[in-house]
Amino acid sequence: MRYHITHETHYSYDSVATLSQQLLFMSPRNFESQICLDHQIDVTPVPNESANNLDYFGNISHYFSIFTPHQDLIVRVESTVDLFPRPSLQSLEHSTPWEIVRDRLNLHNGIYNDAVAYLYPSPKILCSDALADYARPSFSNGRGIVEAAFDLTQRIYREFEFDSEATNVSTPLSEVLEGRRGVCQDFAHLMIGCLRSMGLACRYVSGYILTIPLEGHEKLIGADASHAWVSVYCHKFGWIDFDPTNNCLVQNDHITVAWGRDFSDVSPMRGVVLGGGAQTLKVSVTVTPIWSNELSVQLSL
Amino acid sequence: MIYSLLNQYPASTVRHDELLDSSGEPRAHWKELLESLDLEPEAIMRQRVNAVRRQVRENGVTYNVYADTKGVQRPWDLDVLPFILPHEEWSIIEQAVIQRARLLNDILIDVYGSQNLLKSGRLPPSLIHGHSGFLRPCHGTDLPGNIALHHYAVDIARAPTGQWWVVADRTQAPSGAGYTLENRTVISSAFPELFRDLKIQRLSGYFSAMRDSLNYWGRICAEKQSRSNPNIPPLSEGEQPLTVLLTPGPYNETYHEQSYLAGYLGFPLVQGSDMTVRNGVVMLKTLSGLKPVHAILRRLDDDFCDPLELNPDSLLGIAGLTEATRRGNVLVANSLGSNLLESGALLGFLPELCNHLLGQNLIMPSVATWWCGEPAALEYVVTNLRELVIKPAYPQLRQRPIFGEDLNAKDKDEFIKRLRSNPQNFVAQELVKISQAPVLAKDSAKSLNAYAVGLRVYACATPNGYVVMPGGLTRVASGSDSRVITIQRGGTSKDTWVRAPHAVNHTSLLRRTTSSKDLVRDNTFISSRTVENLYWFGRYNVRNNLNARLLRATILYFLEFSSEHRAIEWPTVHGLCVWYGLMPEKEEEEKGESDHSLLSIELNDQEIEDQLVQAVFAKDQPSLANNIQSFYQLSFNLRERLSDDNWRVINQMTQSFADTGENPTIADALSTLNQMRTSLVTLAGFSLDGMTRDHGWRFLSMGRRIERLQFLCVLLQRALTMPPNSNLDWLLDLTDSIVTYRARYSAQPEWLPVLDLILMDENNPNSMIFQIKGLIKYLAQISLTYNKGGDEQMLVERLYSLESLDPDATFFHGNKVLLCWLEETYQASLKISDKLSQRFFSYSGSQQESNRY
Repeated sequence: MRYHITHETHYSYDSVATLSQQLLFMSPRNFESQICLDHQIDVTPVPNESANNLDYFGNISHYFSIFTPHQDLIVRVESTVDLFPRPSLQSLEHSTPWEIVRDRLNLHNGIYNDAVAYLYPSPKILCSDALADYARPSFSNGRGIVEAAFDLTQRIYREFEFDSEATNVSTPLSEVLEGRRGVCQDFAHLMIGCLRSMGLACRYVSGYILTIPLEGHEKLIGADASHAWVSVYCHKFGWIDFDPTNNCLVQNDHITVAWGRDFSDVSPMRGVVLGGGAQTLKVSVTVTPIWSNELSVQLSL
Repeated sequence: MIYSLLNQYPASTVRHDELLDSSGEPRAHWKELLESLDLEPEAIMRQRVNAVRRQVRENGVTYNVYADTKGVQRPWDLDVLPFILPHEEWSIIEQAVIQRARLLNDILIDVYGSQNLLKSGRLPPSLIHGHSGFLRPCHGTDLPGNIALHHYAVDIARAPTGQWWVVADRTQAPSGAGYTLENRTVISSAFPELFRDLKIQRLSGYFSAMRDSLNYWGRICAEKQSRSNPNIPPLSEGEQPLTVLLTPGPYNETYHEQSYLAGYLGFPLVQGSDMTVRNGVVMLKTLSGLKPVHAILRRLDDDFCDPLELNPDSLLGIAGLTEATRRGNVLVANSLGSNLLESGALLGFLPELCNHLLGQNLIMPSVATWWCGEPAALEYVVTNLRELVIKPAYPQLRQRPIFGEDLNAKDKDEFIKRLRSNPQNFVAQELVKISQAPVLAKDSAKSLNAYAVGLRVYACATPNGYVVMPGGLTRVASGSDSRVITIQRGGTSKDTWVRAPHAVNHTSLLRRTTSSKDLVRDNTFISSRTVENLYWFGRYNVRNNLNARLLRATILYFLEFSSEHRAIEWPTVHGLCVWYGLMPEKEEEEKGESDHSLLSIELNDQEIEDQLVQAVFAKDQPSLANNIQSFYQLSFNLRERLSDDNWRVINQMTQSFADTGENPTIADALSTLNQMRTSLVTLAGFSLDGMTRDHGWRFLSMGRRIERLQFLCVLLQRALTMPPNSNLDWLLDLTDSIVTYRARYSAQPEWLPVLDLILMDENNPNSMIFQIKGLIKYLAQISLTYNKGGDEQMLVERLYSLESLDPDATFFHGNKVLLCWLEETYQASLKISDKLSQRFFSYSGSQQESNRY
């Protein structure tokens, strides 16, 4: 499956900005389910300096700074990615009981070093008894971790309402749990908080989903902007992705950009501006499927 | 021998006593001190106590109690008696501290690098991954010399057995070294002979090692910068790298110490907004443009250092600093993320880590500490809660220590529940009965009390290994709760005397060579913010002086003439006070409404007198007292640029207002005004006499000249339009020209000679022409360096037009030409001040916004 993604960000400032330093997490990373074939970042005005880095979690960050006075900042990112099939729900049957996964992760023996990095509270996700209480019905004794996590995914989808007015970037998790509404980012944080409060490792994934639905499918929620979902450490199956906003196990319509402990690690664009005054932000994302099996065959050879 | 001093000294059965041994005899290393104090008359000790108090006050040693509240400062509390340690004991402490510094440095390097300790299970992952102080963007930082922990402080205390224990590690930005230095300055001069005879180790060597080491690594960063940036030339052989001290600003609790250290070490004291990052290089915004910074000694917390990659809400940091450190283009001491090691949870793992990393046993044990994240430790803590103090395991869990013995049965059960639900968030420490040391009694200079003490010891990394400051900050419990020693909650401090076996020579470990071509003749590293502050320092110094003079003249005028004779000149002086905002403008209104007769509009004398007293002392409205307070704040921002003498005078001014009684009288006002004038003239004298003529000084001088220029314009405009037969003595008094005038004319002042003296006399430092010529000169010198002129021209034009005025035709009362010239000159001065800020201070102005989605 091949996709082309255009992600445009436009900041307008009330007065002149004299210095802008920005850090982007907009470059899709490569891993076993995805390869980024083509990627380009265009910034207006043209930055005076820029650099790429790999962050602690292996994501690609792009830094740029602009010293020339400006009132508009436009970042246009285009990427082409190939997705490879992920395991289906059937193939994930008989996963390790969640208590065993929890106990293994808490052994402190250094073996699960990769997973324990996502085991603890993070800036946007504090663990709590309330979160554990919400999660518990999905985690009956001896239940397989994939099954339990998928059950939690479905419950969040059923019991929470998508509402872009109810929350903003700084709404605390406890308020989301209380109010039962929010956006994809809130649901991802909520599900991560639940799992971590149960002693399980879970990471936040930032990315995109298909804008135009495939024939015979409904349009997915969160398609016009960046999307977010979760990835759960499932022991012998490794990391398995769930999307509580769309009630699904992630298959081949989610394009991964970056992952971290929560939104604060991988926010698409963060920065510091000198001057500028009040700012308005417009973001648009377009994801288009490209049906060219030929090319992907060539690549896989 | 029996010492009368010890008559009331309470020996302890449960604590180790620093002064007395178990048989009640003074320990050998205290004997000389005791003997000498015992023999001298009480009056000498009394003098000493007063001298110490005065010096602390005059040096302005303070500790801001509430970091976010303006002006809340508490004088530093310093006991006159030093804390003495014998040489043999000190060398063990020294070895232990060096070992611990090495160990902690190795742990930091591992966690922010290969993470072998995590991979091998030697460090529990929650201590790192679950710690908010583990800053992932700082992983992989390029550390010159493989040093992350440059400055380390450790709080140690002595158990009843006499053994020293570590209570806490300070690994981020240890404070107190500067206070230690100040304590030493004060106490060593209180006991000059004893200090010499006891062969006390000096502290200065430690600080030069600190400075030289930062410069040494700064040089390595400089090489890196010039290798990767073609625009940055390498440092020449003797040229010093640029090391700065990064402060959170004047409202930080230890700002005083920071400015003191910056001045002592010779590092510019800078705030985050003074710097910017270009191509991965940190740049200081100076008058002469951006200058590469090579090393940053920081007193700012880890996550506040970079709003781009760390805490986006920080307005105190430098956006892009983290990337600059990853590239190795700047040394940050301590390296970003070092807060991680201040967690008490780590203490229990140190003995094993020390064996593993250094192949040695840990020399000094930590106070027994249990991290409740380990199941066995949790059970121990629950069972023995009464004997323990419970602290948060991570800094993000802000909470005070809980003493198990303080909990009643119900609280205890609740607390255990909390403990069990999140055990990894807690550490428990054994409650140690720490040793006691003698403190001079507050009420008698001839008797000693005993209080619990703890010692903070400092170590600093050098290219040749760690060195330990021979001394340290002794902190004394406030008395009421000997379990807690914090300066924040009102403890006192002591100078720490480490005795040397023989006189020690301190020489720097690092060779430094300066050749004549590297001599620095101008301070090129002066930041835009400092320049702006110096400019306003000059302006406010003159303004306060003029205001004091004006108020004094007004009061004398008021007292000299009764209300019916006051009529002619009074509105003019009073109007000037109103113009400066010192007296209210429309005091008549309320009265006028109630009664329309002319007489009642005039204030009676009592009311005027009250207003004048208010103009000097008022706290809640504009007054000289408030202006002096703002001047003090401004000077505080410039602390490291001002000599101790300067600072002492500024302190005295604020103090004298603080010392004013409840209801000051007009006589108090006059005496305060006289005092202020003397202090302000002294300050002005310092800036003429004692300051180097660099560009900073020129800005200060321009501030002075512009302020005086404006004053003369306003003063003369008013004087020229007052009733024609007015007396001119007050005009000469306000322009400080009365002596000159009398010497020259010995007659009643007349308009022509008075105006000539005030406007045209180039030899009169208070004349108009003197201000204008000085401004032209300084602006020209500055433009020479910065190659952007323009402002001088406006002043040159003012000078020509002044010189072309015909005194016989214009220098008299009510002259329109002269009035017009004064107004034009006033307007020109406003423009010049604006232009200066645009040209030179603009860097410091812009507001920083952050965005994130």
